[in-house]
Amino acid sequence: MEFAVDFHIHSALSPCGDEDMTPNNIVNMALLKGLDIIAVTDHNSCSNLPAVMEAARENGLMVIPGMEVQTKEEVHILCLFKRMEGAMKFAEIVYNSLPDIKNNEEIFGRQLVFNRLDEVIAKEDKLLLSSTVLSVNDVFVLVRGLGGICIPAHVDRQGFSIITNLGFIPPNLKVKTIEISKKLNPADAFKKYPFLSKFNYIISSDAHYLQDISEREFFIELDCLSVSELFHKLDGLY
Amino acid sequence: MLVKDASDKIGLKLLAGVAGVGKELTGAYMCDLLSWVMSHGKKGDAWITVQTHSNIIAVAALLELSCIIVPEDIEVPEDTLRKAEEEGIAIFQSSLSTYGLAKELYRMGIE
Repeated sequence: MEFAVDFHIHSALSPCGDEDMTPNNIVNMALLKGLDIIAVTDHNSCSNLPAVMEAARENGLMVIPGMEVQTKEEVHILCLFKRMEGAMKFAEIVYNSLPDIKNNEEIFGRQLVFNRLDEVIAKEDKLLLSSTVLSVNDVFVLVRGLGGICIPAHVDRQGFSIITNLGFIPPNLKVKTIEISKKLNPADAFKKYPFLSKFNYIISSDAHYLQDISEREFFIELDCLSVSELFHKLDGLY
Repeated sequence: MLVKDASDKIGLKLLAGVAGVGKELTGAYMCDLLSWVMSHGKKGDAWITVQTHSNIIAVAALLELSCIIVPEDIEVPEDTLRKAEEEGIAIFQSSLSTYGLAKELYRMGIE
């Protein structure tokens, strides 16, 4: 069966995320658009995941706990976890490895944490838009150890991409799945970077606004809607 | 000029890749985006970069750069040093900034 997915969505916790990107708004917009599975992936934080997961449970949407981490090489990597515990443990490690730079709300925007009723319960003061001290290698080891999978984000983009910053995808990482940005169609991406064709790929929205969340446009083939099926697929096991 | 002569004059600290210090240093390049370096660096360039991922060694070997200099005393991970040793790419550390290193190279006649 084919399932419509969007694994790259920012909430209002990401400073660049619109303040309408609340847990219930994201979940309900995803349902309106007819998506089957989404992931909410804020920059270097998972603080809105508890509320997102609760909203998802109440409304009947499958949400994968995730984060878009920024490594010390300024590479963005989507990290998806089978379980919340893995995501929250990783979030703690990432938070402690971020430099202590205070967010300037006028420049970057507010970093809002919500409860399941979409009420603002906290504002993150530390700027989430900076590089952790973790290297790409560190991130892959940590995430795998916590039952997650790493997907290099928007590899075809000029900024924050593993190819732009590191020249090529380091073979020792054993990457299975990459994200191609929405701006490029896969055929053009493979033409520009022929070596990408050996990877599985996903196309997700990188939405910072509700209207940018994907339609039913990118699909993953699974036998049934299950987390383990999905991770097997993303891990290139079949 | 040889890599070892330049490093002696500036006072660089060799971290790995001693086999590469006899290479001819003919130019310099400064950039931290490896994709950019791959398409713009030239053979013989000394490359100054804050990136320390082991991919820098592959890029230096591919372009036949003369050496890599890491500024501002940035630590270089073990696997990068191992690769430098394997590939014979001299990798140095310096307390100077990228600009400071560029000035030193310029003074030595690398224009």
